[in-house]
Amino acid sequence: MKCESCQKEEATIHLTQVIDGTVKKLNLCQVCAQKNGIDLNSPISITDVLLGLGAQMQSTSPSATEFDLSCSRCQMTRTEFKKRARLGCPECYNAFMGELSSLTKAMHHSGQHMGKIPARQGNKTRITAQIAALQKELKASIIKEQYEVAANLRDKIKALKESVQSLENGESNDT
Amino acid sequence: MTLDDMVGRHGSWLEAGTNEGPVISSRIRLARNIEEYSFSDWASEDDKLLIWERASSVFESMEDSFICWGMGETSSLDKEILFERHLISQELAIKEKGCGVFVSPNECLSIMINEEDHIRIQSLQPGLNLKAAWLAADQMDDQLESELTYAFSPKLGYLTSCPSNVGTGMRASVMLHLPGLVLMEEMDPIINGISKIGLAVRGMWGEGTEAAGNMFQISNQITLGRREDEIIDHLEQIVLELIEHENNARIRLMNDRALVIEDHVARAFGVLSNARMVTSSEALNLLSTLRLGLDLDMINQFSRKEIDTLFIAIQPAHLQKLENKDLKPEERDIVRAEMLRNFMDHATENDGSD
Repeated sequence: MKCESCQKEEATIHLTQVIDGTVKKLNLCQVCAQKNGIDLNSPISITDVLLGLGAQMQSTSPSATEFDLSCSRCQMTRTEFKKRARLGCPECYNAFMGELSSLTKAMHHSGQHMGKIPARQGNKTRITAQIAALQKELKASIIKEQYEVAANLRDKIKALKESVQSLENGESNDT
Repeated sequence: MTLDDMVGRHGSWLEAGTNEGPVISSRIRLARNIEEYSFSDWASEDDKLLIWERASSVFESMEDSFICWGMGETSSLDKEILFERHLISQELAIKEKGCGVFVSPNECLSIMINEEDHIRIQSLQPGLNLKAAWLAADQMDDQLESELTYAFSPKLGYLTSCPSNVGTGMRASVMLHLPGLVLMEEMDPIINGISKIGLAVRGMWGEGTEAAGNMFQISNQITLGRREDEIIDHLEQIVLELIEHENNARIRLMNDRALVIEDHVARAFGVLSNARMVTSSEALNLLSTLRLGLDLDMINQFSRKEIDTLFIAIQPAHLQKLENKDLKPEERDIVRAEMLRNFMDHATENDGSD
C-alpha cells in the first residue's frame, strides 16, 4: 500500500480513528507521518490524538489562527491546553467547551454525568441529574418500542422540569 | 508508625481475599478538585500550599489517624518505598513542597494531595472486592467534601485536570495474576479485546509499566455517562470472565503439559532456594511460577499471601530500607537472593515440622 500523503513510499504507519461514530483510516510512510507531527517514539495517548485532531481542524478555519482563546479565570490558552493535554482550572471547561464537548464524547461516548453528586450541590443539580438519567431511560425504552414506559417517563421528566423552573423562579424572587 | 515498621510487613489489602487464585487485589481511585483553585499543575506555589493545609486540617479533624508524608520532607528512598507499596504514584514521587499523601494505618486507603488533581483518593481491598473498595472511597470522599467544595458541573460531573477522568472521576481496577493465559500465549488477543470494550490493561505498578511476573491490572477507561455501580459491575463481570479463561488455560496446561509445568515450578523452587544473585525481574517471574505451582497444588510449603508479600519486599527500595543503606544494583541482587533463600529455607523447615 502506498502512502496516502506522498503517493510514493510504502505506507508503514496505519492510523485508525473514530470521529463522531465514523471510522477514518490513514496510511502513511514514516517521513510523512513525522511531517504530520506523529511522534513514533513516544506513546500516543487518546487525549493527544484527539487534541491533535482538533488542532488540525482548527488550523483550517482562518479565525483560529488570528485569535488564541484563553480561560478568563486562569489565563490558560487553547494552544497551551493542547500542548499539555491538561486543563488549568474548573472554568476551563466552559472556556474551551467547543473542543471539549467533542473530545469528551469521543472518549466516553457520552456528554452527561450520571454518577455521584456532592452533597453540597443544591436541589437544582440533583433534579437536573435525575432528568438526565430519565432521558437516557426514555431513549432506551423508545428503541425497545416500550411506548407505555416511554410515556410514563416523559410525564415524569415534564414534572421534574417544572419543579426546576419553580426552583429558578424561587431563586429570582429571593434576590 | 514509620516506614521502617511498614517494610517488614504487608498492607492489609494483601490479605487473602475472595476468588484468590488469579486475583490479587481490587482498587478504586477517585479524582477530586477544590472549586476555588486552579488544578495542581497550573496552580501557584502559594495555592498549592493552601490546598495542602486545607486538606491536612480535614485529616486532623478526623477520628481515624492517618500517617502523612509531605513530598518536600520525604527522602527519595522513602518516596520509592511508598511507590513500591502502591501508596503513591510516580508522578507524586517527583513532586516537592505542597504535595504529599495521607495513608490509613492498614494501608487500605491513601489520599494523594496535589498530584494530577488536588485530591486523589485510593482505596485497596484484597481479592475481587470492588464494592467494598468503592464503599470506603465513597465514605472518605464524603468526609472530605463535608469541609471542601468540589469543582462539579451538573453536566460533566466532577471536573478534573485531564478530561479523560471527568464525570465520576473514578478508575476501578483489579490486579490479576494470569500465568496460564501467558503460557498458552492467549494474552495478546485478550488485551486487544478488552481495549475494545472501554477497558485498559496495564502492568503491576500502573501506567507505563510492563506486566512483570504475569501481573496485569484491568481498569475502566470511560468515566462519564455511567454510574459508579455500573462501571464497577461491568468491570467485575469482565474480570470474572477472565478468571474463568485463566482457570481453563490452567486445566488445559495440566492436561497437555503437566510435566513441563511441574518442571518449571521445580526449577523456580531450585533457583529461589539456591541462587546467589537474583535481579528483580527474574525474582518476579520465579515468584509468579511458584504462585502458579501453589494454585495447582504442586507445592504447599507457603501461602499465596507470603508470596504476594515478597513481590513487594524484593523491590529495590524495600531491600535498601531493610539493609539501611544505599545499594548498587549488583549488591541488591545479592541481598535479594539472600532474602529469597532465607524465605525458602524457612518454608521448607515449616513443611518438615508438619
